[in-house]
Amino acid sequence: MKDEKVMTSPTTTNAPATSGCASCPAHNPGNLLKLGIDMTDWDYVVALAGNPNTGKSTVFNALTGLRQHTGNWPGKTVARAEGGFSYADNRYKLVDLPGTYSLLSTSLDEEVARDFILFGQPDVTIIVVDATRLERNLNLTLQVLEITDRAVVCLNLMDEAKRRGLTVNERRLARDLGVPVVPAIARQKEGIPALLKAIHEVATGETVCKPHRIKSGSSAIKNAIDELSAQIESAFPNVPNARWVALRLLDGDQRIAEAVQSGALGNLSSQEEDAIQDLAIQLEAR
Amino acid sequence: MTTISQNEITPDDIMASVESLRWQVGRDFHDKLMEDIYTDATKLADRAVTRPDEKARFDLDHTIDRIVTSRIWGFPLMILMLAVVFWLTITGANYPSQFLADILIGTIYPILKEFAAAIGMPWWLDGFLIDGIYLATAWVISVMLPPMMIFFPLFTLLEDFGYLPRVAFNLDNAYRKAGAHGKQSLSMMMGFGCNAAGVISTRVIDSPRERLIAIITNNFALCNGRWPTQILIATLFIGVLVPPYLAGIVSALAVVSIAVLGVFISFAISWGLSRSVLRGEVSTFSLELPPYRPPQVLQTIYTSIIDRTLPVLWRAILFAIPAGAVIWLVSNIQIDGTSLAEYIIDALNPIGIILGLNGVILLAYIVAIPANEIVVPTILMLTVLVTGSSGGEGAGVMFELDSLMDTKAILTAGGWTLLTAVCVMLFSLIHNPCSTTIYTIYKETGSKRWTALASLLPLLLGFIVTFFVAQIWRLLFPA
Repeated sequence: MKDEKVMTSPTTTNAPATSGCASCPAHNPGNLLKLGIDMTDWDYVVALAGNPNTGKSTVFNALTGLRQHTGNWPGKTVARAEGGFSYADNRYKLVDLPGTYSLLSTSLDEEVARDFILFGQPDVTIIVVDATRLERNLNLTLQVLEITDRAVVCLNLMDEAKRRGLTVNERRLARDLGVPVVPAIARQKEGIPALLKAIHEVATGETVCKPHRIKSGSSAIKNAIDELSAQIESAFPNVPNARWVALRLLDGDQRIAEAVQSGALGNLSSQEEDAIQDLAIQLEAR
Repeated sequence: MTTISQNEITPDDIMASVESLRWQVGRDFHDKLMEDIYTDATKLADRAVTRPDEKARFDLDHTIDRIVTSRIWGFPLMILMLAVVFWLTITGANYPSQFLADILIGTIYPILKEFAAAIGMPWWLDGFLIDGIYLATAWVISVMLPPMMIFFPLFTLLEDFGYLPRVAFNLDNAYRKAGAHGKQSLSMMMGFGCNAAGVISTRVIDSPRERLIAIITNNFALCNGRWPTQILIATLFIGVLVPPYLAGIVSALAVVSIAVLGVFISFAISWGLSRSVLRGEVSTFSLELPPYRPPQVLQTIYTSIIDRTLPVLWRAILFAIPAGAVIWLVSNIQIDGTSLAEYIIDALNPIGIILGLNGVILLAYIVAIPANEIVVPTILMLTVLVTGSSGGEGAGVMFELDSLMDTKAILTAGGWTLLTAVCVMLFSLIHNPCSTTIYTIYKETGSKRWTALASLLPLLLGFIVTFFVAQIWRLLFPA
């Protein structure tokens, strides 16, 4: 399983081509094969993050074919939900994270989301964003982009934005954020094929993201972050997001401090799969 | 040696630099960081979004919100909305209920009995399987399925439309005044579906103190398993007090009163807890009111059947099977010519009478600890046993219930009065949570003490409330 997870190689197609038409990329958008709860032998892990009530569960259902109950109110998903889908010969495991406004505080739902993106190191993180409330939603987006390089923004609820007369320039947003931005109306399954394509390209490395990083106005902070992330990089060469770890340490995050002290931070990146398993068990136990 | 130690940075080194650097960046690092993020987000959003130049159009969402969350109209509208939902449920469920009872009990049951007799099945096996297990299951299906098929889709439509967060918004202030977290209103909304789900949903509350309050009081949100009991008893005993054309609406109002009473009790208990064992600061939070969205009717009906109706029904059947078996056994195991059930009921009767209930009801609540859904079927089966008013089927057997009024006839024969009905409705609202919820509370709190408190406090309160209601009632209306 481990060898299948070569993230940089786009030619990882070990999965037997049993599904014929369904897996042929020419057969777009039909090459989405909804696998429901069948998550065996996945090639890539995809996390689904976003503010509450932006339609994460709807996107989740559209991709996996599952019918997780979606409610029109915040806080519907408090634990994680998982499902699978297959696209262009690759099998994906999709993890629906609780909706949060930020990843900086300490409530249980935020911790579940933060821990998964940081320690679970998904191959792609989809950030579902409410197009009608872009400013507030970008707060979370920027925080996610601090943690991971491989992200896709799903600009959902475009119909409502249109209804309110808002125009969102997704190309400019994509350029500014440095990650693919896909406009969508998940309830009507609009934009799902484009989203799949973007996920596929980021997962296989065809698209390389250059995510926006938060700019700090204060030079003291900038220097502190640079100094600390250099140290973290040298102590844990496998950690891909030393800058975020530095930010959290400076913010006094106890959990991250523990992970550094116990050396767990380094192990997580090398034994990725076990870590995900452990984390799943830990989260289950809550 | 020295070069190596210089190059290799240990976790302790990192923590040491963190300590010194944290002094450098200052104590307001977190605030500065948040400020930077907000500044960036605002800039990016401004670059990407073009707003219409025209003045803000008429905003339908905002107008609806102003009405449904207004100080004056918020609560009356909420009660009206609930009443309409129950009225549709009560009036709509009658015919399909009767239809199902005709098929399952009127037609299939005699066929099964004949078949058993034809193959020479011993009487105890036939009684255990068909009179016990099959009849209990059939009863649960015919009584519960129709109201659930109407109630759950309606409730889910309200949820999808976006009304539930407005209810939460209306209740939020009251919960804060009670010393609890405003988000408790959200977990209460979940509890109206299932208390176990409601308890899990308290995870959105950050403060452990407020989360415990929300967990302990979630039981007072009337759950799926208890709605059918409330609806049935209200129809049988309260709807009949008024002329037939008013019966539906009056029964619906009775159920709504019970649900609203539950919300008030949750305020009161939250208030009490936050001033005694769970004292502390009240946190603030912002509740986002989502836009109204036209519900997707067909999909909603589908998911509400898949996610709510079928699981609830399945659970009811799952627990009705052993319960039916237990009821049949305690009714047929005899000591000195008296069945075990009668011994237990006689022992519980004095306590039951004081509470405006009776021994049968208390025994039914004990049998129904695993699932509130089977309270009414159990009461009926036990009542038939005690009063002997059976259709000749023998002990512990439910006979054919052609109409709701037959159900009432059984209960009346068992000594039920209007007081009994009221006390059952109250006790159904205020008693211990079902075993699934208790287990969930234990898993969420990880504490036996809090679990015990969350289970026993409602039970005690149920006893107190029904006791006083019964005593005052008997003073006012001496028999």
